[in-house]
Amino acid sequence: MSRFEEHPDTQWVGEDAGPIVRPYVLTRGRTEPTSGRFDLITLAVTVRSVSPQEPGLDPECLAIARYCHQPQSVAEIAAHMNLPAGTIRVLLSDLLDQGFIALQEPHSETDMHDERLYRAVLDGLRAL
Amino acid sequence: MDSVRSSRDAGRVKLPRAIKILVAGGFGAGKTTLVGAVSEITPLRTEETLTDRGIGVDDLSGVETKQTTTVAMDFGRITIGDDYRLYLFGTPGQERFWFLWDELALGAMGAVVLADTRRLADCFPSLDYFERRETPFIVAVNCFDGARRYDLDEVRLGLTLHPDIPIVLCDARERDSSKEVLITLVEHAMKVRLGMAAYRGTTTP
Repeated sequence: MSRFEEHPDTQWVGEDAGPIVRPYVLTRGRTEPTSGRFDLITLAVTVRSVSPQEPGLDPECLAIARYCHQPQSVAEIAAHMNLPAGTIRVLLSDLLDQGFIALQEPHSETDMHDERLYRAVLDGLRAL
Repeated sequence: MDSVRSSRDAGRVKLPRAIKILVAGGFGAGKTTLVGAVSEITPLRTEETLTDRGIGVDDLSGVETKQTTTVAMDFGRITIGDDYRLYLFGTPGQERFWFLWDELALGAMGAVVLADTRRLADCFPSLDYFERRETPFIVAVNCFDGARRYDLDEVRLGLTLHPDIPIVLCDARERDSSKEVLITLVEHAMKVRLGMAAYRGTTTP
């Protein structure tokens, strides 16, 4: 069987190609992540080392995996990659499916009844 | 298929919890200024592509009538120890993007509605929205140095604001002033959600 998918030499999405390549091309037309909630403040962190030529990873996913060496929110990743948040969600779900990243979902509204949470935030703000 | 079992340390990673606070208000009310005044990073911009679920549009032809809109939001970050990260989002000022807020407001700790006394009506949509959604919010009247001081009771009346909702004066350019706004909001959110009368116990003098 021939391998159509992996051509490391044909990285035609260069840094200057941003405006030319539509976001849906990067996601192969997908608009919804396969898993995970991916709020704008969902935090992602890379949990598996990524080689520069990781097979099966698009350059964008590779860049995200490198950027998320420190935990980053979906919003921060989108700003860093200069891509819409919706595109980032799809790419993150790919990374999640392949075990490259771990996620921390934000508090749901029902979790917002923990007094310690407010105390910690208030103390943090006052210490600014 | 290559083995994917080489994953090192895919176990538990200690990640902080992210908390969302919204900064709403009319166009030019100072949302991004306030975010920038307290954020530890220069406010970043993110684009969210949203789908208007065709509200009020009859689908007679079978042709998709959904509209997608791209809105830009500015946001900042405050790290609180190892456990929490506060993200402040300046919501888009345009009223027609109200449908976006549902996604944004989900799980938010609370909201600051910035009021510009020259265009008080601009913050009505935000007030309506957070009231309806029962998101704890406060009103911050952004008044720059040299501008005349506004009587907060007058503003409260102008906004027909419930007496329980805090209203404060601020200078969104000032870090300390913006910090006080956030503290007032978090105290209010705590009071609303936990129903605590003694929440003022640790208020700074």
